[in-house]
Amino acid sequence: MRRTAPYLLALPGVLWLAVFFVVPIAMTLSVSLQTGNVEQGFQFTWHFANYSDAMSRYHAQFVRSIVYGVIVTGVTFLLAYPMAYWIAFHGGRRKSVYLFLILLPFFVSFVIRTVAWQFILSDNGILLGLLKKLHLLGQGFHVLATSYAVIGGLTYNYLPFMVLPLFVSLERIDPTLVEAANDLYASRVRAFLRVVFPLSIPGVFAGVLLTFVPVVADYVSASILGGTNTTMIGNVIQTLYLTNNDYPLASALSFVLMAVLIAGVLLYARVLGTARVYEVASG
Amino acid sequence: MSQDERRIVDPALLRGLTMPRITRRAALRGAGVAGMSALLAACGVKGTTKSAPPPDQAKLFWDKQVKAGVLNFANWPAYIDTDPVNGKTSLQRFTDATGIKVNYKEVIQDNDSFLGKITPSLRAGQDTGWDLMVITNGGSIEKLIRQNFLQQLDLSRLPNFNKYASAQFKNPSYDPGNKHTVAWQAGITGIGYNPKLTGREITTFEDLFDPKFKGRVGMFGDNVDLPNFTMVGMGIKPETSTVEDWRRAADKLKQQRDSGILRKYIDNAQEIQGLESGDLWASMAYSGDIFQINAELEKAGKAGEIKFVIPKEGAMLWTDNMCIPLKAKHPLDALTYMDYVYQPSIAAQLAAFIEYITPVQEAAKLEMQRQIPTASRDQKDTLEAAVKDPLIFPTEADLARTHRYRVLTLAEEKVWNSIFEPIVQS
Repeated sequence: MRRTAPYLLALPGVLWLAVFFVVPIAMTLSVSLQTGNVEQGFQFTWHFANYSDAMSRYHAQFVRSIVYGVIVTGVTFLLAYPMAYWIAFHGGRRKSVYLFLILLPFFVSFVIRTVAWQFILSDNGILLGLLKKLHLLGQGFHVLATSYAVIGGLTYNYLPFMVLPLFVSLERIDPTLVEAANDLYASRVRAFLRVVFPLSIPGVFAGVLLTFVPVVADYVSASILGGTNTTMIGNVIQTLYLTNNDYPLASALSFVLMAVLIAGVLLYARVLGTARVYEVASG
Repeated sequence: MSQDERRIVDPALLRGLTMPRITRRAALRGAGVAGMSALLAACGVKGTTKSAPPPDQAKLFWDKQVKAGVLNFANWPAYIDTDPVNGKTSLQRFTDATGIKVNYKEVIQDNDSFLGKITPSLRAGQDTGWDLMVITNGGSIEKLIRQNFLQQLDLSRLPNFNKYASAQFKNPSYDPGNKHTVAWQAGITGIGYNPKLTGREITTFEDLFDPKFKGRVGMFGDNVDLPNFTMVGMGIKPETSTVEDWRRAADKLKQQRDSGILRKYIDNAQEIQGLESGDLWASMAYSGDIFQINAELEKAGKAGEIKFVIPKEGAMLWTDNMCIPLKAKHPLDALTYMDYVYQPSIAAQLAAFIEYITPVQEAAKLEMQRQIPTASRDQKDTLEAAVKDPLIFPTEADLARTHRYRVLTLAEEKVWNSIFEPIVQS
């Protein structure tokens, strides 16, 4: 019993992954190599041209998604780090209140929040309309339907995913370590760079992953806040699957996206050094 | 080792030493690859087309149905009367008359994405959740009929339709004998604009390409209206267009998009919202939407100011059709509604509000004229305007300037999509 217990404990998770991860992935891989149409059915024909078709038609959206992902991850990091730092070290008794405030938007649906931004940023809406009336902005100025709106929307929606892991790793840092650094004549900047930041690396790693991966695949922000030349790869995949019922092309794109993301994440882990992350994480 | 000994080496051993051996790992790998290929090949996706039902199926089916008292109705935005006339909207009248509660939802923003959502259920032979839906001709309704996804109707159970529907709405080319559908309304895809913002009247398709309106023009981001309307604007007949024409239309659209004149590819709800908020100055629009946008603007205290125009190059004419998806839970309630809206008084109430081309042309007009003398002042104005309204009762000359959508075969659709999809998904 003692020997089989670990396997039994792992069994539900393994079954879950087998049914809801491995099987769909195998299906997607298969469909990405099929030809046909939705009414008469698709046959498996090793049709690798789906991949070249997909990439030649949609490489621009692909590159754009990754660029957006990098920008949004960078901006959320710059916004989230000071926020998490302040809550962790200076939040005092109200720490949990501040955290709750950061999580509060999650109580409203993702789509509703994005639509609310559409309302706020509307050309003659409550914000721009007022600024235009005050002649602070030209009549032609608009934010909606630009890439700024999409990047802004994504940054807003994914900020908590960056704050929370950063907070967790910063919170665990023993403040006496900073005191020790100061005692050893480290300046505050130096203490931060040599002590606090390295100790928060696991949080940075987790935060970047939790933000970058879903942002690249997001399609809600672009469809609600975007205009022309802001379409992301998620929008393309959604349309191909649900509107055009072009399953092979959509599967091929999904597979390429997945491959690119996995490769990117592995590279990132290598550069940052997962070993070090584990080392720091395990104290 | 002597010569003799060397010769008596077991040939099997020699073979084993010199030839590559199949290790257990390699064998497993081989089996794995073969198994994987078989698995991948086994994942072929079945076609969605259902076999056609036997000819007497419709009658037998309808004989068995009983009223459920509920109707789940999927329709487009701004496509039903919402202001009561004499205390009731048409939906309330229906509930009063039949006891059927209508769960009315504006869930259809464009045909393709709605069909994309319900097709998996239809294919699996399951209830889609809807008893009645409104789908446009020109590709979409044809697809549903072709795949046998719709419940066949029994015309003998639609007396109002038989009596009052106008001739041009009976027996349409895409559904001979009204076997699966009856018309909801027809309408025109043209241009909606706000003269105050554009600073001039819009008259031609080329106005949508005016650099003065940079970032203020909206076009429908679908695969039907956008390409067809663009071809009409370029003087190409969509019905007889060639692949070369499609490419030219795509180039024209690409230029509009990349020069920033186009703000966004929109759906029906975004068209209404954009014209209402002023984010869009001029946009492809459905004829009846403008009337309702103005009604909303008036309610909000702003002057009714959006106008609709059929550009001089022409516009698209389409018919939206009521149909019952297979396995619908409350088909008899849906059929009851289909017939109910063909009563002249209901058709008139609906048309006067939503301002689309009613399928009850003659009888609804007579009904409106009959009501005018006794109507309240507001209602009188509405009805007098409606009777003269070419968007409800178009003349032959108006209709002559409209075109029908290009109906595509499956092979053509693939080419069409590969040309227009990358335009919309920019």
